Amino acid sequence: MAENKEKQVLIEVKNLKKYFKVGKNKTLKAVDDVSFKIYKGETLGIVGESGCGKTTCGKTVMGLYPATSGQVLFNGVDIHSLSKSEKKDFTKKAQIIFQDPYSSLNPRMTVGDIIGEGIDIHHICKGEEREKRIFELLQIVGLNKEHASRFPHEFSGGQRQRIGIARALAIEPEFIVCDEPISALDVSIQAQVVNLLIELQKKKGLTYMFIAHDLSMVKHISDRVSVMYLGSMVEYTTSNELYKEPLHPYTKALMSSIPIPDPDEEAEKKRIPIEGEIPSPINPKPGCKFASRCKYATDRCRSEQPQLLEVIPDHYVACHKIASEYNL
Amino acid sequence: MSEQLLNIEHLSVSFKTYAGTMHAVRDVSFTLDEGETLAIVGESGCGKTVTSKSIMGLLPKQNSIISPESKITFMGRQMIGLSEKEMAEVRGRDISMIFQDPMTSLNPTMKVGEQIAESILIHHKVSKDEAMKKALEMLELVRIPNAKQRMKQYPFEFSGGMRQRAMIAVALVCKPKILIADEPTTALDVTIQAQIMELIGELKKELNMGVILVTHDLGVVASVADSIQVMYAGKVVEYGKSREVFYSPKHPYTLALLKSVPRLSTENKDVLYSLKGTPPDLIVPPDGCPFAARCEYGMNLCRRVNPQYTVFSETQKASCWLHDERADRSGLPESMFGGNI
Repeated sequence: MAENKEKQVLIEVKNLKKYFKVGKNKTLKAVDDVSFKIYKGETLGIVGESGCGKTTCGKTVMGLYPATSGQVLFNGVDIHSLSKSEKKDFTKKAQIIFQDPYSSLNPRMTVGDIIGEGIDIHHICKGEEREKRIFELLQIVGLNKEHASRFPHEFSGGQRQRIGIARALAIEPEFIVCDEPISALDVSIQAQVVNLLIELQKKKGLTYMFIAHDLSMVKHISDRVSVMYLGSMVEYTTSNELYKEPLHPYTKALMSSIPIPDPDEEAEKKRIPIEGEIPSPINPKPGCKFASRCKYATDRCRSEQPQLLEVIPDHYVACHKIASEYNL
Repeated sequence: MSEQLLNIEHLSVSFKTYAGTMHAVRDVSFTLDEGETLAIVGESGCGKTVTSKSIMGLLPKQNSIISPESKITFMGRQMIGLSEKEMAEVRGRDISMIFQDPMTSLNPTMKVGEQIAESILIHHKVSKDEAMKKALEMLELVRIPNAKQRMKQYPFEFSGGMRQRAMIAVALVCKPKILIADEPTTALDVTIQAQIMELIGELKKELNMGVILVTHDLGVVASVADSIQVMYAGKVVEYGKSREVFYSPKHPYTLALLKSVPRLSTENKDVLYSLKGTPPDLIVPPDGCPFAARCEYGMNLCRRVNPQYTVFSETQKASCWLHDERADRSGLPESMFGGNI
């Protein structure tokens, strides 16, 4: 942890909970007591199956959803307790890129206006300067200035995602939540967009929260990765460590299901089967959330929820079995 | 020797659109044997789905044109030109298809058990009770827990993975010879994807089917495919056994696809190999090799004349001028010619 002390914490999430009421006496616990830190200039990857709460987590961190309880500290200030004008200042520093490049751009606005909207709202610049800035942004993301007067439907999926990135960059944010930015794109285009994100991070010192279910892409882009399951964080460590030595039974199963584009490796690989599917997050049972699908589950797992513990330096796991193996 | 099930020769499909005629599939030929899994790989818009839909006779009648020299032969029988009634007999009984999105391909107003039984009732003269019994067996075969209760439920009560299992049950209940799976796991999570692919593999063995797997995910292909056909802009650019294509790709496009996937073993934040540009517009397909504009080895010749197939082994072929002696290849490393690139 020594080197982390030198790094500046940009975002600290403390015991964040986001519940949705979905009927009489029914609560959907989308994010249930999650804590983590994101350091300046780093990328935190969030992985998990659909319905595990990763997108809700990202949106709550951005302040797009009010938190049920817990804190999201951005440079030490809780974003959920901000006044309206303070919140506007926060949105200047934090932006989000959405999964679907087709529905996240207004079809009636020109690309120039889509990118310029943030500039106008925050009164960054006007007139010729605004136009120059838009052209510059288009160039940064690999489009050209002729594109500014066109409409979103004239672009391919990869190009639209670039427009989404240009829009996010328009107001010079420090922090960007990337919510599955590449899932809707073709393989060769995915690589283009990921390269662009990494290049921008290196140039501008951006901090990313990268939400995805493509585990190999997450490993590629992230410094740290957190694995979520049914609203809880089950494992959290550096990306190299996680992929080299996953500890939580769920992470192990998840890693072993990643298809490898290599027939020999694929034939040798032993897949750890994981039975059934993710249970409903509405009124979840007590205890460890993975217990119903875990082959090591004991009575304790079914009654007591394990804490996220640092089992080896910088490697956090929430599992009774692993904790006892490391005498914690 | 396993029997040849399907033989496709010179298949070309085009669509009439307002902007002009779009040539979606251009002169595609391949075969499929009993018990073989053929993967068709390529980016969106490369013609992989159109190819599989033309086998099923599912192309829209109003605006699609299958060129006269196209031949689709299923167990010796010419499929193009069959009447709708004849085609309906083939579909589901001999050739079945599963689609990417299991929610939109199941009927939301019918109980799952009835949807499976429907397929039997159409093709075989059996009583409803018997059909329902068979449907139940099938649901158990695709490993849906509590199959008896699940029979009486509607698709919306199923999760994504379960729906895909139900789809597979509908497709396989009549024990078809060929299963066409069009991106069967794209909408699913990795853990569920692994379960579904395993299931398809087991059922293939059990029923000795031929499987055509249409996908863009090379990882999924590696574990199940016997042969791989790489398509680009409506053409087959490379064909070979799985190991040939993965370990000695001959076409620059295949290589680019393989390189643009990050491996778990690679270092963090390296620049990923990425293809520049986008595929060509198929309303005015280029004269030369369709990949020429994006190819890093592109020569002048490539832009003018489309390359013939170069045959590398009994099973592997690729269409690229790099391997053709007639091309002026000066300035390119000799090691690539005819060998690996």
